Order: sequence, then C-alpha cells, then structure tokens
Amino acid sequence: MSRRRHSDESDAGSQPHKRRRTSEPIEIEDRLESLICRVGEKSTSSLESNLEGLAGVLEADLPNYKSKILRILCAVARLLPEKLAVYTTLVGLLNARNYNFGGEFVEAMIRQLKETLKSNLYSEAVYLVRFLSDLVNCHVIAAPSMVAMFENFVSVTQEEDIPQVRSDWYVYVVLSSLPWVGKELYEKKDVEMDRLLNQIEGYLKRRQKTHVPMLQVWTAEKPHPQEEYLDCLWAQVQKLKKDRWQERHILRPYIAFDSVLCEALQHNLPPFTPPAHSDDAVYPMPHVVFRMFDYTDAPEGPVMPGSHSVERFVIEENLHCIIKSHWRERKTCAAQLLSYPGKNKIPLNYHIVEVIFGELFQLPSPPHIDVMYTALLIELCKLQPGSLPQVLAQATEMMYMRLDTMNTTCIDRLLNWFSHHLSNFQFRWSWDDWADCLTQDIEKPKPKFVKEVLDKCMRLSYHQRIVDIVPPSFSALIPADPVCSYKYGEEADSSLPGLAMATTVGNAIKNRASNEEILIVLKDVPNPNQDDDDDGGDGFNPLKIEVFLQTLLHLAAKSFSHSFSALAKFHEVLKTLTDSDEGKLHILRVLYEFWRNHPQMISVLVDKLIRTQIVDCAAVANWIFSPEMAHDFTRFYVWEILHSTIRKMNKHVQKIQKELDEAKVKLEKQHNKKASITDTNTSDMTKDDNLFFFQRFIMLLTEHLVRCETSGVDINTTWYKNCIERLQQIFLMHHVIIQQYMGTLENLLFTAELDHHILAVYQQFCALQL
Amino acid sequence: MSIKLNALFSDSYMDISQYRDQDFKGNRYEQEKLLKQSCSLYVGNLSFYTTEEQVHELFSKSGDVKRIVIGLDKVKKTACGFCFVEYYTRADAEHAMRFINGTRLDDRIIRTDWDAGFKEGRQFGRGKSGGQVRDEYRQDYDPARGGYGKLDPTNVIFTTGT
Repeated sequence: MSRRRHSDESDAGSQPHKRRRTSEPIEIEDRLESLICRVGEKSTSSLESNLEGLAGVLEADLPNYKSKILRILCAVARLLPEKLAVYTTLVGLLNARNYNFGGEFVEAMIRQLKETLKSNLYSEAVYLVRFLSDLVNCHVIAAPSMVAMFENFVSVTQEEDIPQVRSDWYVYVVLSSLPWVGKELYEKKDVEMDRLLNQIEGYLKRRQKTHVPMLQVWTAEKPHPQEEYLDCLWAQVQKLKKDRWQERHILRPYIAFDSVLCEALQHNLPPFTPPAHSDDAVYPMPHVVFRMFDYTDAPEGPVMPGSHSVERFVIEENLHCIIKSHWRERKTCAAQLLSYPGKNKIPLNYHIVEVIFGELFQLPSPPHIDVMYTALLIELCKLQPGSLPQVLAQATEMMYMRLDTMNTTCIDRLLNWFSHHLSNFQFRWSWDDWADCLTQDIEKPKPKFVKEVLDKCMRLSYHQRIVDIVPPSFSALIPADPVCSYKYGEEADSSLPGLAMATTVGNAIKNRASNEEILIVLKDVPNPNQDDDDDGGDGFNPLKIEVFLQTLLHLAAKSFSHSFSALAKFHEVLKTLTDSDEGKLHILRVLYEFWRNHPQMISVLVDKLIRTQIVDCAAVANWIFSPEMAHDFTRFYVWEILHSTIRKMNKHVQKIQKELDEAKVKLEKQHNKKASITDTNTSDMTKDDNLFFFQRFIMLLTEHLVRCETSGVDINTTWYKNCIERLQQIFLMHHVIIQQYMGTLENLLFTAELDHHILAVYQQFCALQL
Repeated sequence: MSIKLNALFSDSYMDISQYRDQDFKGNRYEQEKLLKQSCSLYVGNLSFYTTEEQVHELFSKSGDVKRIVIGLDKVKKTACGFCFVEYYTRADAEHAMRFINGTRLDDRIIRTDWDAGFKEGRQFGRGKSGGQVRDEYRQDYDPARGGYGKLDPTNVIFTTGT
C-alpha cells in the first residue's frame, strides 16, 4: 500500500493529485490488516501458534484500534470464505479474552448480514451465515440462538407469492452451513433440528424444477447425473446425518484450543427476521452441479470423495471461493488452488480441473470471463508439469467422448478453450485417438467439434500449420485455405454481367476516385431486376452492389486493416447502395460470397458494417436465417456473428437509455421540476430486434417439427438438437435484456398454441427467475 | 461496510510498467494519467510473421477489439514484431493484461503493456536500422525476428582492447 509523501505531489506538474476518497492509511492499521489477512499462510510456525500470537497482538490493540479490527474481521468473514475456520478460531480466542469484543463482533456481523441482503450480495451473505454458524463451534455464539436463526430462515418457505429463488436461497444457506455446524446443533437441539430438516424436505419435494434441463451441461444421466444444486446438497446433508455428522475434511483449528474456548461465555444471536421480499431483490439463479469425475477416474493416490459426500461439497465450495478471491492474478490463484489444505488426502488436481470446467461451462454464463480459465489452466500446468497436463488431457478426452449429449453452448466454450490452450503448447495433441470421428457424418457432434477446433486453431496460426499438425486422414476436417473468391477475376467468363464495369470501378478506385465519382461510374450498371429505368436508377440494384463490393473487397483483401480502410473510405457509396432493406441483405450476401472461405474475415467485416451503420441487426438476422445460409447455420462462426450482433444492439440501446436518463436529470436540474420529455421507450427498440430473432427461430423450428410429423420421422436430428439449443442460447446469453420484456414474448410469440417442444425452452427460461 | 482489504486482493497484472515513451508529448504525470485510463495496449515480442488476423483472434478473447496497428520497420515498411491493440472499453483491455499478457501467440510468449494511445508515427520502429531498438543490440539468433540483431556481433566496437 503506497503512502504518498508530499514530494510526490510537487512532481505532479500543474495539476494537483486528486486524493483518494478513503481515509489516509496509518501504518499500524495497515499492519493490522496485513497480519489478519495473512494469518494461516505459509509460515515456519504452526497455524495454532500463529493464531495464538495474533490473538495476543489484537487483544493488546483493542483499546486503540477496536473499530478497525472489527471492520477487518467482518471483511475477512465476507471475502475470505476459504479461510473460514481460521478466522472463526481467531474470533473465538478474542472472545475468550474479551467478552465484550465478542459481543460487538457478533452485532457487527448481523449488521453486515442485513446490508448484504439488502444489496443483493447473496453469495457473500452465505459466507457470513456460515461464519456465524462456525462461531458456535468456537463457543462465541450459543447453539440454540443459531437454531432459532435457521428456523426463521426456513420459515421463508411458508411465505406466499414469493419467487421460488427466494425460498431456495434461505434453504440453501441453512443446508450449506450444516457441514460446519450440524454436529454441534444436533448435540444441543436435535428435536428442533429434526423438525427443521423435515420442513426443508417437504419444501424440496414440492418445489418446481422446470429450469433444470436448461442448465445441464450434458443431457445424459450417465456416467454422472447433472443434479440440481439443492437436490445434491440435500443428499449430501442426508448422508452426513446418517454418518452422525462426522465430518473429517474441514480444517478446524479451534479444536486445538478447545480447553480455552469452552471457558468462554457465549453470546446469543439477536432474533433475525429475513428482510421481506421486494421487487428490487435479485436472488441467485439456480444452478446444476457439474460433475465429470468420480473415484474411478483418479488412477492412483487418494480416492475422490463420492458425489453425495459432504467432503465433495466442502472441497468444491472452497475451490470456488479461492477462484473468486484470486481470479485477477492467475499465478496467485494457481498457487492458492494447489496449496489447498488437506490436499494430500484428495486427488486435488482432479478436483481443481472439475471445478474449473464446472465454472467455464456454467449456464447461463461463467462467473468470470472465459479467457481467465484458459490462463489459469496454463499456470496450473506450469506449476505441476508432471501431473496436471495429464489430468487435463484425460478430461479433454472424456469430454470428447461425451460430445453427443453436451449442450451446444458448452461445446462452443469447450472448443474455444481447447484451441486456445493448444496454441500455447505448439498444437500438440494425439489426433489419431480421435480417428473415430472420421467415419461419422460431418454434421455429427464429434467431427463437427474437431472441424471447428481446427478452424479456431487456424485463426491463431495459419493454414499450412494446421495441415502439418493433423494426420493426413483428417484432411476432410481441415478448414479451407482462407483465400477470397473474386468473381470478376481473370478466370471469369467474359459473358459475366458486370465484368467490364468491375474493371472500370477497380481502376477508378486505384486512381483515388471520390465517393461521388464512384457513384457516377456505377450509374451505368444495369439493374437486372428492372426493365425500365427508374429515376436515376437509385433503387435496389443487386448488380451494382456486387460489382462495387466485390471489386473493393478484392483490392483491400490483404488484411483486416486494408478492408476496414476501404469500407471507411467508401462509406458514402455503401450507404447509398444499401439504402433499402434488400440492399442491406444483399451486401451481406456479396460479402459472404467473396469471403466464404475466411469466416473470421466475414465476422469482422459484418461487425464493421454494423458499427458504421451500413447494415442493421435486422439485416444480419435476415441473412443468417435465409435459405442460402442454411448449410452454414450450424457453424460456429455464424453464432459468433449473431451473438456479437445482439450484444452490440443491446449495448447501443443501453447507451441511448443512459444518455436519455442523464439528459432528463440535467433538464430537471435546470428547470427544477419534473422533465416532460416524451420518454422514448428504448426497450421497444431492442425488443423489436430481439423479437425478430425469436420469430425466425420459431418459424425454422416449427417447419422442422411439422415436416417430421407429417413424414413420421423422429424430430431429434442432429440439426434439431443444435437449433433448439441455439434458441436456448439466445435466452441464456442475453437474459438480462430479455427478462425486461418477458410479457411481450409471452403474449406475442411464446403462446400456448406453440409446439410444446419450443414452448418448453421458454418455460424453462422463465423458471430461472421464479 | 465495505473495506477493500487492499493487502489481499491485488491486481498486479494491471499495473503500469516502468517503461515510459520518450517521444511522448507531455510530462511524466500526464503520461501516467493516460496510461491509467487507457484502452490501448502495446504488444511486444511478436514474430515478424504474425498477422493482424492472428492478433485479432487472440485479443478478441478479452473483448471487442476496436483497432489493431501493426508495428512496421521504418525503412522497409514491413512488420517488425510489435503492434498496438485498442479496445472499446478499459475493462476489456484490463482482461487482456490479466490473461493474454505472458501467454503465447505464434508459439512466442508475448508481452502486453499499457499504451498512452496511438498517434501517427508510433507504428514505426525506433531502432537505427528501422526495426525496434531491442533488435539493434540483440545478440541471440531469432529466426522469427530477422535472425541476429542488427549490429554485427563481430564488429570491432564489441571487442576489448585495440
């Protein structure tokens, strides 16, 4: 932490530094923060003696720094859940030495809990409640008062007219604390606890689970069922109860201090009423527990705890918490993961890989940006070069074997990760192991996956490299050499319409013609769609577009920058040519024709055309859903383009909404009264465009379903699975925006008359927030 | 409620480095201010053969890329192993610093650093021979960066004595 000295300010030039808003850090407070945060980290002394020492230091500092110490301890409780028991032990020791401090800490924690709930910080609230429950083990909080808090939580399940995700959360927070405190609570209050668990069981039986299919990474139940998170946790708690709450994984430093701690006086938690539901509340979405390994997968060494063991839950929780704390610094994150306490008793590498992929594949979206996981796995491979790469290879192999039932969105993420990972390791892979995909139809998941991976690998390198890295038998899956297809080149048929004009236009561009001059040249291009000329021939003329754009793209084909420059230079011409909707659609068609072997180029040029407003999102949607693109409809690059388009659209609308809001506020300030600007409902803008995508999907899917029905064919073709999961993907990837106009979706599109297969997707999506 | 525990949640991949552009028009303070708000990155240790397409694919993993400017030899006007990548948002550039810096492109470990912002002229190498300064004095053989460094290692100025 830097402490600015006055001499720094005088170096700053004419502008004085803006002071940071937080108060000036004092050396001792810094030291306290450091001591507390770092306790338990690698040290020559034992954890117990470090805790003992720290407790002594803090006790001595209490008279002067009590509020700072309270705040630091509350913060570590909230932000360092992976070190939960280290800090509860510390608080226990402090409480034993200073009863009042213990009481003040508990009060501060309750205040903090209320605030986190009000601020929709539900995962942090879980850590706080868990911390409080572990304080029971440290004799800081009396067990009966903890049970009372849990009873209040579980009574939320009796509330009426609340979203299911609300009661889910309150049940989750109780269940997820039991691995830590179940034993103690049962010893003191078994009757009440049994009643509590019965209530929970009843709730779990009656709650809806419509959302589950949408969140599963694999649709198959074998080899590992993808369980709904509350179901899995319930099974784990049941098993723990059967084992009489004997839990051996959690590190519990307080056990060593039992003689000291049991002398301490305990505090009662004040009665805590869960805050009432409000419309602002955003509860966590449900999730599915990702499992890809079990005890049969780790060949030697410690056995992996079973899927319904509470150890599995605790390990996964802790690993998730470590990633949450350290994701910004991949080296630290990798080191922290690999130094997980108790690592010698578990196949840690397998747990780490499973947790990382679990996050990467999480639906609707991973907790952190995808590329973080790639970087993290590379760091882990660096730190454990003798073991982790093998686990990773095993995992990749397993996921390849199960591609047939993997959710399309997850396949996208997998191929992105795998290709990027390979590019860091000279593309070394045992491709021959995957030779089985060569005998399958190229649209099947396995060959499709390999093809898309090779495509992505090529983007990170070059065509010949890909040819060199795969065995010759894989040649059908190698991407096309990304060269352009100029129709007016030397080999063109002399009778090709527009050929002469293309040469003229090309020369004009080379001679630095202006936009006006080009437009004049283009006036002479005949319109194949019309017999008579209309005034000035300004209507939609597909030949004009072809001649101009093909020639322009050809001249600028050298690189992205050349093409971007070209589009910028002739923006006016392009705008004129694409004045109509047909024009916009045609420009995309021409672009596709020209660059069909270079999907990456198509992608970046479509992006530029949207950003420079030459085409709009509706045109992109029309183009993607057009019959001409049907053969590429399942290709990854098409969906990259589509999602990128939707994102840009949504960002644009959000930006306009923000500007509108700011303008309103400004106006109100100026006039000192409520602004009466007619509020353009910007949500209508996105709504219409998004509706369009949904509409086209529904049409496409309905056609397929009807066709299959009439010919008595099974609907579940590879194409259908891909398409319906792409529809799901639209919902999931853009759920924040879409959720704003669910009513419209329901009234206009996803009505009861819709085929139930399609309607199911909509219903599952709705269930995510109910 | 929220104290940040600065001691713990460092974000060191984001820090600005020691490098300061000597040609920057402005004082150190101004340069640092721009670096701390910048959405632009300098990318170094590229192969001379790395294309804009490859750079675009890699750097798009942290967000939408606004522009790439490939660094050129001032004399030959060919790629000389560096480039600038500009994002639309700072957050996307930060992710690149955290997760792309120090990983491989074209089999080489690339290095990213905050850049105060592209200005015409900055796309050229500043070494006497036209490429980057680092390639002037480099003594190892790097086939992806034109082979040996520009200064002849057998040159008399490197030998001791007369």
